[in-house]
Amino acid sequence: MQQIVNFIIKNKNFLLFFFLFSISILFTIQSHSYHKSKFINSANFLTGGIYNSVNNISVYLNLKSQNQLLVEENNRLRSLVLNSGIEIDSTYIDSTSFNNIYNVYNANIIKNNYSLTDNILTINKGNNDSIKQDFGVISSKGIIGIIDRTSNNYATVISILNTTSKISAQLKKTNHFGTLIWNAKSPEFVQLIDIPKIAPVKTGDTIITSGRSSIFPKGIPVGVISNFQLDTSENYYEINIQLFNDMTNLEHTYIIKNKNAKEINKLQKEN
Amino acid sequence: MNSIRSIHTIRFFLLILVQVLILNHIDFLGYINPYIYILFIALFPVKKNRTTVIFLGFLTGLTIDLFQDTGGIHAAACVLIAYLRPIALKFSFGTIYEHQTIKFNTVDFGSKLIYITLLVIIHHLILFLLEIFSLSKIILVLQKTLFSSIFTIVLSIIIIIIFSKKTK
Repeated sequence: MQQIVNFIIKNKNFLLFFFLFSISILFTIQSHSYHKSKFINSANFLTGGIYNSVNNISVYLNLKSQNQLLVEENNRLRSLVLNSGIEIDSTYIDSTSFNNIYNVYNANIIKNNYSLTDNILTINKGNNDSIKQDFGVISSKGIIGIIDRTSNNYATVISILNTTSKISAQLKKTNHFGTLIWNAKSPEFVQLIDIPKIAPVKTGDTIITSGRSSIFPKGIPVGVISNFQLDTSENYYEINIQLFNDMTNLEHTYIIKNKNAKEINKLQKEN
Repeated sequence: MNSIRSIHTIRFFLLILVQVLILNHIDFLGYINPYIYILFIALFPVKKNRTTVIFLGFLTGLTIDLFQDTGGIHAAACVLIAYLRPIALKFSFGTIYEHQTIKFNTVDFGSKLIYITLLVIIHHLILFLLEIFSLSKIILVLQKTLFSSIFTIVLSIIIIIIFSKKTK
């Protein structure tokens, strides 16, 4: 017993080092597996609060470019409405009263990351705004990511620029679908794998979300094909996609809630 | 004694805030960021016992991880350099360290540079190994380590020169 105590006292530095190092490695491994980062995330009161207050100032710096993006989107939506022949009803209808499958919330990104291999963003909406895990996040131009952790006022988003993120996407003109991944090389490009060889893939084709998961509706734009090749098994294409979104300049986002997600997931689990 | 403690507390918060709010968003050439918060561990008084340094190293790293959503990569790298600090001190300062009389303001520039370089390279190597987390991308790890280390070392030396008190 005496010897054990002596050993501990003698090696207390190494033991402390070893203990803390192991904890860090444990956190690291957790952060590398999808939806497991339980303790260490930036959606808490302290870090979220600091990011939010700094963002309140820095938001002015790129006000012009963000306004431009919003005007462009308004333009596009306005022309859609005018050309579709729907009469604009001036009475205000709360978006939640629609009998649609998808609810849309808006949020601002208060922390953006794109230089790491597992990038995670923070937004300024959380549980209090009924944001939950596995809601989709998009911008006016295209897809951004999926909600991971939420606190009362903040939430973290697993960006598509994250090696653990896997999103179902397809070609716009046909229904061949594959998985959207990121090879951690450039924030402008993501990769689409598992597209069968038989699919008519051409450079410049548009890629959209497939709506096969319960997260994103079908037809959210992702990007255009910049180049492609067959993978090692020679049966599937590996496609390099240039994103519509500039992931380095994000501010306003929309969060999509699929009201039927629970039902779909339950049904899929039963099978 | 009390003033030293308050200086280090202020340094801790200042370095972390500068790191997470400014330096993490530099992304020079796409991915190169300096990580100067390790100056807190590097410049911690030598006379303090090792246990304190290791524990504070862990705390520093974990705070950065909280902000960055990176799990525990900064914490691991910081704990390691906090643990290896005495070896680095011995290697770069030699006999002065043996007599426990180092003051970072007074030692000559060359050995200070070696000391910072050693710590930064160890820290960055562990950091990027854990961040990328796959041995098949070892080239990317080394590349990131090299470029970020240069950036960090240059910035650290500049900061040390600017904020060092003039010895009269």
